[in-house]
Amino acid sequence: MANLTLIQAVNDGLRTAMEADSTVYVFGEDVGPKGGVFLATENLTRDFGANRCFDTPLSEDGIIGTAIGMAMNGLRPVAEIQFQDFIFPAFDQIVSEAAKLRYRSGGQYTAPMVIRTPYGGGIRGGLYHSQSGEAYFCHTPGLKVVIPSTAHDAKGLLLASIADPDPVLFLEPKALYRSVKGEVPEGHYTVDLSTLRNVREGEHVTVLCYGAMVPVCEKAAARAAENGIECHIVDLRTLLPLDEEGVLEAAKKTGRVVVVHEAPRFCGMGGEISALIAENCIEYMEAPIIRVTGFDTPFPNTLEHHYLPDERRVLDAIERSAAY
Amino acid sequence: MSQPAPLTVIEPDGRASMGHDPGLSDDELLHCYRTMLLVRAFDDICLKLQRSGRIGFSIPNKGIEATQVGAASALRKSDWIFPSYRDFGMAMYHGIKSVDMMHNMFGNAQDSALGRQMPVHFSFTEPIKFYSISSPIGTHLPQAVGAAFAMKERGEDNVALVSFGDGGTSSLGFHSGLNFAGVWKAPVVFLCQNNGYAISCPSEQQTASDGYAIKGVAYGVPGVVVDGNDLLAVRQATGEAVERARRGDGPTIIEAVTFRMGGHSTSDDPSRYVPKELFEEWEKKDPVERFEKYLASRGLWTKERGESMRGDVMKEVADAAREAQGVGKPPLESIFSDVYAEVPAHLRAQGAAAFDLAKRFGDPDAGEGEFPL
Repeated sequence: MANLTLIQAVNDGLRTAMEADSTVYVFGEDVGPKGGVFLATENLTRDFGANRCFDTPLSEDGIIGTAIGMAMNGLRPVAEIQFQDFIFPAFDQIVSEAAKLRYRSGGQYTAPMVIRTPYGGGIRGGLYHSQSGEAYFCHTPGLKVVIPSTAHDAKGLLLASIADPDPVLFLEPKALYRSVKGEVPEGHYTVDLSTLRNVREGEHVTVLCYGAMVPVCEKAAARAAENGIECHIVDLRTLLPLDEEGVLEAAKKTGRVVVVHEAPRFCGMGGEISALIAENCIEYMEAPIIRVTGFDTPFPNTLEHHYLPDERRVLDAIERSAAY
Repeated sequence: MSQPAPLTVIEPDGRASMGHDPGLSDDELLHCYRTMLLVRAFDDICLKLQRSGRIGFSIPNKGIEATQVGAASALRKSDWIFPSYRDFGMAMYHGIKSVDMMHNMFGNAQDSALGRQMPVHFSFTEPIKFYSISSPIGTHLPQAVGAAFAMKERGEDNVALVSFGDGGTSSLGFHSGLNFAGVWKAPVVFLCQNNGYAISCPSEQQTASDGYAIKGVAYGVPGVVVDGNDLLAVRQATGEAVERARRGDGPTIIEAVTFRMGGHSTSDDPSRYVPKELFEEWEKKDPVERFEKYLASRGLWTKERGESMRGDVMKEVADAAREAQGVGKPPLESIFSDVYAEVPAHLRAQGAAAFDLAKRFGDPDAGEGEFPL
């Protein structure tokens, strides 16, 4: 066991995969000698050679397009998009190509690949270094969308994603890169995709969250506990395919649900989860489902701390749900 | 900058010009010829099937056959083809069967993609990798480069040939594909089929450049222009580009200048935008007739032999159409399979609900028995 930050766990995961499997290739903008703008790929070029970890031209479409070609022809590419905000030139490659390849070829061609990208706010990155675009991708059959919130899960989910036979979008909450630290097993292990993580047990209000919102919800729950409200917190950690049964079970447990994400509200994961619960177990609900989310605005810079759901906003929702 | 005149091999009298004849054997030449006839037969029969409402859509290939077949003939079975939707001849040259293509045209249960795609969106892995066709334009260029990168990393001497039209050169994938291939020296051959129109948009509205091969210069990718209605010229240029890629010297872009002698698809009426004179001009340059003249100069063709082969391929395609028409629809569960390697719970639930509903209303698509996924 080593005590690692989330970004160190990502690096460890990449290193572990590259050691175990010579078909794993890591590439993207500035991921080579520099080691990536957040240092996720630090020393991989040095240790595995410039053919296994290398810089590409500045073209997201090219990065993902070539990754698909490598994946269909026997390699396991792990492509980095420097910020999720810059992924959109590759949207066509991800949505029209990688996600549909197995389906449209009857399984003759497939794209087992991972796209890693830092996402979310909290670093004063303004409109174009802060966005949470998971909902765009969760609307895409054939793709998997994974978001870790601990160092342990970052490595285990990354290794599971690299081993997965389908394309995985691996969104890394950049706000947690160095603020989260934890025990990470050495060597190879996986955390199963499409499984939830129980963060905290409690019988009064269920809080469903993921990514950088998990520690925010934990802090809010600690405050709520001071007033006798015990929260059951669940980290979704794979958004697509979602563990729907697990979500319903968590909702039924308390009959009161708060969903928290930093992405905009309209057509977001919160809406999907609310509908899932309403369709399947509304009779268990003791209170309206409450969403705590980013605003339906572009992401602001100076006032980002008002945009991002914080301890106060989550606590307020927990209290309203409990009091209903 | 301006481009050189296109490479031409077959002279107006049918003889091959000195120095550029790729030197194909009689068998190879006849196989190329038969493949062009097969494409034309497939076109004719698909048009009839579409007009009579038995298939929904087709893409005519008339005029482009020499480009398709000439280019494909330079490849071996371990190479990969990343086709456009107008590359029937590339598949047929390498032995993909008419009936397997017809299964796709009908979207039936034998279709390799189980009727999930529109007609002409073929996908084959045998006897050559004929990559699954996508409708978005240009997306397959960087993919071909990635597949070629994998070949190079494994130390193979295989190549990827990626085919696209003049309109495709305006796409994002053209830029990223050529740029990455140039930087990586990937074993790729880019084949731009300049057939005059991107659906209805003429070349002069597609680019201000003097042609398309010249665009390679900015990516460090050499460009070659060939007469796309001259099978031997296409073969010669593609053969050189393929050998260059096999040697590890990197990619080439070939522009084959040709003309689409019909609509973009069966849903298109080219008389609305192609001047009649252009069709008349290019009719005189018909690639099949031109190749017949060459074969005749080698003593391999007579009118009777041509007629006999035409009859054979028409029968082959007609039989294929009949067989494919007799195959039933794909099963209902094929909507839900192949989305992921394993069917996730939510798709199993959605599939089971759709299946139960179909059963309840007596819909024959539900078939017999229980929902299998």
